Amino acid sequence: MRILPDQEIVVVGGGLVGAAIAWGLARKGLRPLVLDGEDLAHRASRANFALVWVQGKGMDAPHYARLTIASAKLWPSFSEELKETSGIDVALRQRGGFTFALSESEMAIWTEEVQSVAAALGEDAPEHALLDHAGTARMVPAIGKDVVGSIYSPLDGDVNSLRLFRALHAGMINLGASYRAHCDVSEILPKDGGFLLKGAWGEVFAGRVVLAAGNGNTRLAPMVGLSAPTLQSKGQILVTEKCEPFFSYTSATLRQADEGGVMIGDSQEADTSSIATSQDISAVLAGRAIRTFPRLAQVNVLRSWAGFRVKTPDGLPIYEASPTHPGACVVMCHSGVTLAANHALRIADAIVGREAIFADGLFSGRRFHVPQP
Amino acid sequence: MFRSLESPKSRVRIIVDGNPFEVDAMTSVAAALLGLGMTAVRRSVVGDEPRGPYCLMGICFECLVTIDGVQNRQACMVPVRDGMVVSSQSGARMMEEGGR
Repeated sequence: MRILPDQEIVVVGGGLVGAAIAWGLARKGLRPLVLDGEDLAHRASRANFALVWVQGKGMDAPHYARLTIASAKLWPSFSEELKETSGIDVALRQRGGFTFALSESEMAIWTEEVQSVAAALGEDAPEHALLDHAGTARMVPAIGKDVVGSIYSPLDGDVNSLRLFRALHAGMINLGASYRAHCDVSEILPKDGGFLLKGAWGEVFAGRVVLAAGNGNTRLAPMVGLSAPTLQSKGQILVTEKCEPFFSYTSATLRQADEGGVMIGDSQEADTSSIATSQDISAVLAGRAIRTFPRLAQVNVLRSWAGFRVKTPDGLPIYEASPTHPGACVVMCHSGVTLAANHALRIADAIVGREAIFADGLFSGRRFHVPQP
Repeated sequence: MFRSLESPKSRVRIIVDGNPFEVDAMTSVAAALLGLGMTAVRRSVVGDEPRGPYCLMGICFECLVTIDGVQNRQACMVPVRDGMVVSSQSGARMMEEGGR
């Protein structure tokens, strides 16, 4: 049992969300300690698709669309500041993203989605274009004949996610944060106006605590008067050998990373808790990818892996300061890359300022409570 | 740098970057190239650095070469065959349009 020195503020979780928050706190002069779990913990940060993605997000939730658009627009200055603090270029590219439809019915569904989001947002709606096969082929000549059309949105983009993770960690340390791995927090005890955080590794007293433990928040949040329910959602990704450039934009299911590898993904399984990858799902992913870009047929897949999304019941983030335990808050979301700029620059600032309400109170975990009669 | 512990029972002829060589018939392409003194078999895609066979068991993907016209074969996982044409690589995999 180790007892670490008392801390002003501790961030529980060192993934993309925890590291972005710690970077943002340190940027404002705090000296947060990040407690991270084990190497083999189920980390969404390790399985992400590296998109800065706006298109289609916020169906029936215009506040989420606005949050996403705001973060995407913060990304260019955020990536500059990340580079200044870490020396690492995360290869942000916001050239626009495509959703490729392989049938007229897919095209109809996705068209309705973007149009519904656009209608709800009015003048704030992100720009998008509905393209037929020929219109798509003019911008992306490598598409196959099975692509009946696409939706193009210029605000979408991507980063190199390995470098983003590294840049956040290096940057937060350079700014004055500290980091400890193998410190899985299993218990939080409110004590003396602060919090005693305990695990098999030892304990530490923190004046304030930020829960950024992904799906782990579900268990931890009730210990400090918060709630953070999650659903099971497994995603699987394939990655190919590095290829010469053929697709300079991005898409939600297939992207060519800055170094040439092609990532293929976007499967969703709600009925399994096994982290193993499934060959059947890999085959579906690969089949769609080859119909979209026939030249991928000869390319070798090098790796496949799976991860569990951080998925709340409505899929939207939870940002909330504890009403009953001042100094405790929870920050969690599915889109840790897209929203990284929002976390590092906006949510972290709200935490520094001890604001009682985050993000206008629109993403409180209390929305999942059963209404009292 | 490397030498065979046993003398080969039989040999095959392979072409490496245009030059013919006689190598042990019972070996992998990677071991054959190492035996020929060829420790760098390609230049890396991102950093353009020399790369050679490392793990020799199919995990590290460092020993990629073009074999009989097929790019990015793992030299450590392919046995040599008489008449095989091996070439070293530089940069990313090239793609043919259309694919299939």
